Order: sequence, then structure tokens, then C-alpha cells
Amino acid sequence: MFAADAAPNPWFDPSYVTSNWSTILAYLGEHVRLTVAAVLLGALIALPLALLARRSRWLAGPVLGLSTLVYTIPSLAMFAFVAPITGLSATTVLIGLVLYSLVVLVRNFLAGLQSVPADVQEAARGMGYGPVRMFWQVELPLALPSFMAGIRVATVSTVALVTVGVIVGHGGLGQLITGGFNANFYRAEIVTGAVGCVLLALVADLLLAGAERALTPWARRARA
Amino acid sequence: MNQLEAALRYLNDPLNWSRTNGIIDLLLQHLRISVIAVAVAVAVGVPIGALLGHIGRGGAFTVALSNVSRAVPTLALLTVFAVTPIGFGPTATTIALALFALPPVLTNTYVGFRGVDRDVVEAARAMGMSERQVLLRAELPLAVPLLMTGVRTAAVQVVATATLAALVAGGGLGRIITLGFRQQDYGAVLAGALLVALLAVATELLLAVVSWAVTPGPRRLAFGRVRTRQVGAGTVAATP
Repeated sequence: MFAADAAPNPWFDPSYVTSNWSTILAYLGEHVRLTVAAVLLGALIALPLALLARRSRWLAGPVLGLSTLVYTIPSLAMFAFVAPITGLSATTVLIGLVLYSLVVLVRNFLAGLQSVPADVQEAARGMGYGPVRMFWQVELPLALPSFMAGIRVATVSTVALVTVGVIVGHGGLGQLITGGFNANFYRAEIVTGAVGCVLLALVADLLLAGAERALTPWARRARA
Repeated sequence: MNQLEAALRYLNDPLNWSRTNGIIDLLLQHLRISVIAVAVAVAVGVPIGALLGHIGRGGAFTVALSNVSRAVPTLALLTVFAVTPIGFGPTATTIALALFALPPVLTNTYVGFRGVDRDVVEAARAMGMSERQVLLRAELPLAVPLLMTGVRTAAVQVVATATLAALVAGGGLGRIITLGFRQQDYGAVLAGALLVALLAVATELLLAVVSWAVTPGPRRLAFGRVRTRQVGAGTVAATP
């Protein structure tokens, strides 16, 4: 008989949330910071890689093959590979997360760039567009739906993955999950962490969907 | 690379392999849990996905299921089952992993069956096949490549996620990593990471070969097939 069976151990307990509000907020803050930083850094690295991979066919193969390999490596192993170098710090978690988001983003960025019709590019070139202007004014708007789809998938899976960072003590809301587990299976804390993660992912996804809508006014007009 | 040497030394010690709760023991635990979880997911997901795809309904449901499942942290589900009356141990881990393996299997099977050319189905019916025969002899062979993509995605995901069971006092190879962290023994941590990563890659390769073998007609090895997808269509990617 566990002590946990004798004492009441409800799944949901609002008083836990209210009395531990500042702790929860601190973990939530870390969770958000890690997610935003990982997706932003991932996007900054993925974009040049996707542009390079599009430029030459022989680069696309290795880039995609390598990203499949990275995605196959389990998250715990990834953090374990990085930890000997950066120690028990949030940097360890961040590096792992960037690598995973990078993989999703490179594929979606590449698919987006390849979906730009060749005759549109040719028309732009004929109108005197240079490569930089071509990217910002022609290719980026046309590839935006695919870009945003990648960013949404990367964000949602990064929110879920941050929890594995508990292995080095920086798992955001995941700290509540393992914390509750170690505190004699304290269910209210575990559920708060788990529900918090899911809600955060859904909110992030909705925000990004809203951003996509705001960034592509022409798509709305075409639908109306 | 002192730690890499320590990791190789760890892997080179026969006692680390053969002792109780050594690498062999943990590997067998890891494989047993993973195989059962994937088998359960296939047993549940393939028939449902095939039926939904056959009658052409439930597309929104399967897409929603796979999108929501991406947002649920694996660690949360592993922990939640461990604190139910099931208690922590292999059973809770297996149930959680089977639940995680279900969306990719279900969605890919659905997409595979849904994507079968309607003309083929009509032709099969016109030849006098019963619905059962249409499902098993016309649609199934055509849906096998996507179905197998789903199984492969699920299997790699399960093998990877089974590692996390160690975070909530479960077994499997992840235990080498968590134990290493607790003892500040980065050699063991790296050794565990190498083993887990190798196991995941080996699973991927093995299932690529299996799916090549069971795919009828002209076929090619499915290495490096694009596995991520855009929201709302196509196959489902795993969460590492």
C-alpha cells in the first residue's frame, strides 16, 4: 500500500495552481523562451540551407538525408550527446531543439521554394528582378503557405519536446511532470504540467495560423 | 574527447553488457516493450484506418487526431499512465507507447486506402469481387507502401520514445542515460546515447527493408523518403 493511496490525490486541484502560480509561470516562461529561440534559430539556419539545396541537386540529397538521420535520433539521446559539451544548462536543450526544428523547417522551406512556378520566376527575371528582390517579392510570398506550415509543425513539436529537457533540469513545464512524479506521484502537479504543455502548443498554433492569415491577405480575398 | 573515450571504454567492458540490468537486459526490455506497443497499434489502427479509407469517411477525424497527438508531450502520457492504478512499470509504458504509435499507423493507413484509384475499385467490383475481396485483394496491395510508412514511422517513434520511460522509473536503454546523468558519468551518458541512436537508426533501416519486401509490383528502397508533411494532408511525421 502506497501512502499515495491513503491520502487524497486528485487529478485536478485548482488550489495547487493558485498556490504555486509563480513557480508555474517561471517554468512556462522558460518553456516559451526555449521554444521561440529554437524555432527562430532553426528558421535562420534552415533558410540558407534550403536555398543552397534548391540551387544544386547534389546538395539536396545529403541535406535531406542528413536531416532524416537527425530526426531518427531519439530526443533523450540527442540531449545526452550535447550535454558533455555544454553541461547541465538550458543551452544543451536549446541545441537539441534547434537541430530538430531545423529538420522540419529545411524540408518545408525547400518544398515551398520548389513550388514557385518556373514561369513566374522567369517573368520576374524578365521584368528586371535581381535575386534578392526576386526572393522577397516573388518567391517568399508564393512559398509562404508551405513555410508557415513548417513553422507551425516545428513549433508544436518543439513545445512537446522541451519537456524532455528535464534530463538536464531545464524542461520548462516538463519539470512539473517529473517533479510531481518524484513527489510521491502528486497528480495535480503532473496534470498541470501536461495540460499546460498541450494548451501552450494549441495557443502557439492558433497564433501562427492568425499570423499566416494576416501575412497572406491575397489568399483570403481569393477565397471570399 | 575524453568523454568519448570513456564511452568506448564503457561499451568495451563485457560486464556492462552481461550483468543484471546490463545493456543486454535493458535492450531486451526495450525491444519487448516496443514490439508489443507497435503490434497493438497495428492491430487497432490498420483495420480502423482501412475501413475508414474504404468507405471514404473520417478524414477530418484522422487528421485532427494526428495533429493533436503532436501537441501531447510523450513524457506527459508516460507519466500519466504511471500514476494511474496501473502503476509505473512495463505495462504503463507499453500502453502509453501504443497510444503514441496509433496516430501515424491510423492516418497513413487511411490515406493509403483513401488514395486508391476509384477506377481500380470499380473494376474490382465489376469483376464480381465482394466488398471483402475488394478491400483485401484490390485496395490492400495498393495501400501497402503508405501503410508501411505509417508502421515504420510508428516503430521508430516508439523505439525512440521508449527511452523516455527511464525518466519516470521505467526500464529500457534510456536507463543508462538517466543513470549516467545522476552519477555525472558522461561516459555512460554518451554510451547510452550511442546505443539508443543506433537502435533507432537500425529500426528505420530494418523496416525500410521490410516495407520493400512486402510491397508488390515495381518497388524501390524507401530510404530518405520525405516523411514530414504539411498540415492537413499526406503522411504523418514522427516526434523524436
